[in-house]
Amino acid sequence: MTFDWSPVLLSLKLATITTLVLLIVGTPIAWRLARLRHWIKQPLVSLVALPLVLPPTVLGFYLLLVLAPNGFVGQIVKGMGLGTIPFTFPGLVIASVFYSLPFAVQPLQNAFEGLGERPLEVASTLRATPLDRFFTVVVPLARPGFLTAAVLSFAHTIGEFGVVLMIGGNIPGQTKVLSVAIYDHVETLEYDQAHVMSAGMLVFAFTVLLVLYAVNGRIAVAEKS
Amino acid sequence: MRMLTRFAKLAVVGLTTAMACASAAGAGEVSVAVAANFTDAMRDIARAFETATGHKAVVSFASTGKIYAQIQNGAPFEVFLAADAARPQKAEAEGLAVPGSRFTYAKGKLALWSATENLFSDGEDYLKTGAFSHAAIANPKTAPYGFAARQVLERLGLWDTLSDRLVRGDTIAQAFQFVASGNADVGLLALSQVLALPAGTGSNWEIPETYYEPIVQEAVLLKKGETNPAALAFIDFLKGGTARNITTGYGYAVE
Repeated sequence: MTFDWSPVLLSLKLATITTLVLLIVGTPIAWRLARLRHWIKQPLVSLVALPLVLPPTVLGFYLLLVLAPNGFVGQIVKGMGLGTIPFTFPGLVIASVFYSLPFAVQPLQNAFEGLGERPLEVASTLRATPLDRFFTVVVPLARPGFLTAAVLSFAHTIGEFGVVLMIGGNIPGQTKVLSVAIYDHVETLEYDQAHVMSAGMLVFAFTVLLVLYAVNGRIAVAEKS
Repeated sequence: MRMLTRFAKLAVVGLTTAMACASAAGAGEVSVAVAANFTDAMRDIARAFETATGHKAVVSFASTGKIYAQIQNGAPFEVFLAADAARPQKAEAEGLAVPGSRFTYAKGKLALWSATENLFSDGEDYLKTGAFSHAAIANPKTAPYGFAARQVLERLGLWDTLSDRLVRGDTIAQAFQFVASGNADVGLLALSQVLALPAGTGSNWEIPETYYEPIVQEAVLLKKGETNPAALAFIDFLKGGTARNITTGYGYAVE
């Protein structure tokens, strides 16, 4: 049995890039939501949480329509001479960012809300600029939130399946990620390969969660003492 | 506790009513697993079957390879309409199908199709220019139409050069959807799918039948349907004139 590593590497690459994008995009969203005192907050929070509830097929369907060469976004991208988005790796990154958005925003928002006003007020009496305050006060204090957001985004993207199946096109080395490869192996009765990949995923998922809970538990203990 | 008993009673009443309805008046149900390329034809056939016999055909669509894997794992299908002859033969050899019940219900053809009009008249030339970003096929490992598409591309010497631009649909139905939605410029699809569209939609080129091995689609009665009158009636209906007419109407050949 020759084992094909390319779906594994592809999934790792996709999850890494998606996590980075989500931390960059998700942090300001979470910050804004955490500070928002307006009736619009609940609708916005619900909007961010949508991928938790929606079947991946709904997301896949709309992405396929919007990103298609004659779709709304597709036309803009085509106009910029960037080619088509579906069936490409960047297309998967876009889909994954939407799909895993709540997994990044919610832990961050919780962490920011947990801080309260006090540390920021203290910092501003010390004449820290808003950006200073964010990076020297908020980020260190919200560390468990960032860790949870990063780990969950990464793990959730690794586990992504339905959306990729709909807009990926199963191209080896480009869009054939781990979960789709497992599906393919199972459906073609190549149980050996399916076993190796599935068992690997099982160990990976357990390890990720174990590390996450252990580290967050230690941080919580350290902060109490 | 009293609430619970009342609920249980209600559930029992509901269940028995449902079961009584299902077996009423000798009208049975047959569970049919159908290769995705035959979707449009099958919908018509199922409707005609219900009108003619009073039995109901519950139809599941997937790629042939997938259905076969599901049958192997105990899926409750009673009749299997594959897009090749290999899987029904295998099912028979493995004791999953009723021996001697196999027959060819359709012979499929492959077409090169694009949703864009006047994109090509000679599909071979168009494929060789490579003037497209993505071409859709069905997964060659699970879908016989994908396997045939691979043979065509290999014959044209394009399989390797196009490999990173070949989008693989989970079934030939998904491959068709990729092309119809404009996400893939072109696809090697089932002719029946193209013929189900209003005449003259997009660009169509019938791929010469010498470019791929014949797509002989066999049906087989599965062991689970051996004693179900509705399953036997469906097999008979599929061999009859009405079903054959519908099948040829979708661009298939019949024996």
